[in-house]
Amino acid sequence: MITVSQDAFRAGLLDARVPVPEGLKDNEGRSAGRRYAVYRNNVAVSLREALETGFPAVASLLGKENFAMVAGHFLRQSPPASPLMMHYGEGFPAFLEAAEPLAHIPYLGDIARLELAQRASYHAADCPAFDPAVFQDLSDETLMAGYLVLAPATKLVKSRWPMLSIYRYATQPGAAKPGAAPENVLITRPEFDPVLHPLDAAAAGFVQACLSGANFGAALEAAGPDFDLPNTLSLLLSSGAIAQLKL
Amino acid sequence: MFDQTQSLPPLPGVGYKPQHYSDILENTAPVGWLEVHAENYMGDGGRPLAQLRALSEQFPISVHGVGLSIGGEGRLDPDHLERLKQLVGWLDPASFSEHLAWSTHDSHFLNDLLPLPYTDQTLARVCEHIDEVQTALGRRMLLENPSSYLAFAESTWAETDFLTEVTRRTGCGLLLDVNNVFVSATNLGYSPQAYIDAFPLDAVGELHLGGHDEDEDDHGMPLLIDSHGREVADPVWGLLDLVLERSGPKPLLIEWDTDVPDWSVLRDEARRAEAALARVHA
Repeated sequence: MITVSQDAFRAGLLDARVPVPEGLKDNEGRSAGRRYAVYRNNVAVSLREALETGFPAVASLLGKENFAMVAGHFLRQSPPASPLMMHYGEGFPAFLEAAEPLAHIPYLGDIARLELAQRASYHAADCPAFDPAVFQDLSDETLMAGYLVLAPATKLVKSRWPMLSIYRYATQPGAAKPGAAPENVLITRPEFDPVLHPLDAAAAGFVQACLSGANFGAALEAAGPDFDLPNTLSLLLSSGAIAQLKL
Repeated sequence: MFDQTQSLPPLPGVGYKPQHYSDILENTAPVGWLEVHAENYMGDGGRPLAQLRALSEQFPISVHGVGLSIGGEGRLDPDHLERLKQLVGWLDPASFSEHLAWSTHDSHFLNDLLPLPYTDQTLARVCEHIDEVQTALGRRMLLENPSSYLAFAESTWAETDFLTEVTRRTGCGLLLDVNNVFVSATNLGYSPQAYIDAFPLDAVGELHLGGHDEDEDDHGMPLLIDSHGREVADPVWGLLDLVLERSGPKPLLIEWDTDVPDWSVLRDEARRAEAALARVHA
């Protein structure tokens, strides 16, 4: 009796050149043929649709047909590593950057990173509102030694491309044509919907230092001389980006 | 074997879709309970969990897993089982169900419910996995019959016998998907009525109904695809009447997962389910 291992069953699902495993039949004992292709199709279509839903800006920039082709290559090379489809596509930015036929669109990887970060923010843990009164009556010394802990939904994506303008141009009808200046993006989630804020290089340096666990003083240093602390702090406070100030 | 604090009512339910959130809170009749896919609520926070918490205050909730890979050759993914335990722990749903299928192999998740042969070996493995799930969750689970597009030459058990034996060995209940019965019977050329005759209806804790698409195989024979993208087909409603006649009223779910329609369309399907249930009461 011919048995079909799950190894064998899977091999043909992701590679249409692999013949239908022997041992899969229709009710008259003939080779399963098209019946096996139903599973092949389900896997490819469902993963491609998940990528389309997860990366709408990349899909819009590439156009439907090109995106389907690119996604088809990616999903065969990197099927999901867990049943949590909300996280699928973590390797997509690097894949896009390494794909030679896409070398003329070098910013695609960062656009994909921005979309991944928004999804991560959307599903991140909730965070109780931060009370800015904590900042009052602090000595400089205490503040500098303290840690600004950002909310789990707060994300930073840095880019050497005008990433935010390209993203908006791709997803919002009527958005202005992107310029050339690089753009970093801070993602915050005041309640349930992630919000994108452009961030200059100094502010991005500050946020990145906070995210990587530096204390306030070290984060200021990382931000450099051009840093506008009052404006950045006011943005972080008003957008619910801060979880706590740990003293 | 396990204490259940609550169970699903023998009423129509629907598969919950976030786009229907406000409609559902406004006007629920005749929907008496909701089903969610476990994996969509395994994030750390945000809107999905907030909505589920709010809905669970108003409705009995059925948690339906699509990613545990109970029919897999390998071990169950301990991380995934732990996530499931967390979800079932805080939500305390009225029911938990999964599929007689596999979806993960070598840590690759294929996002589809894949078939397994019915042999002594797969029977033992499925039972082992169900024992592990029921022990981890501390509750009885329901196992759903698959929709089949092909058969394994190596199978030695009929699907109904296989499922009966699984319930006997593990004490789990069954989720009978009436559309899947119709799809599989058409695709594999057997009588759906005979399948129902042989099905252990006493073990059934929930019924599913969904729409299918029509296609053909290489030889021009009908090949039905379990797509959950349209209204339930008429012959499936007919088969449901036969099931209900024998089983009595059961929790009855309308599934619609792709091309999700407006709430009013889904509610009309739920009304049809309500009418089918009412015929048995009468």
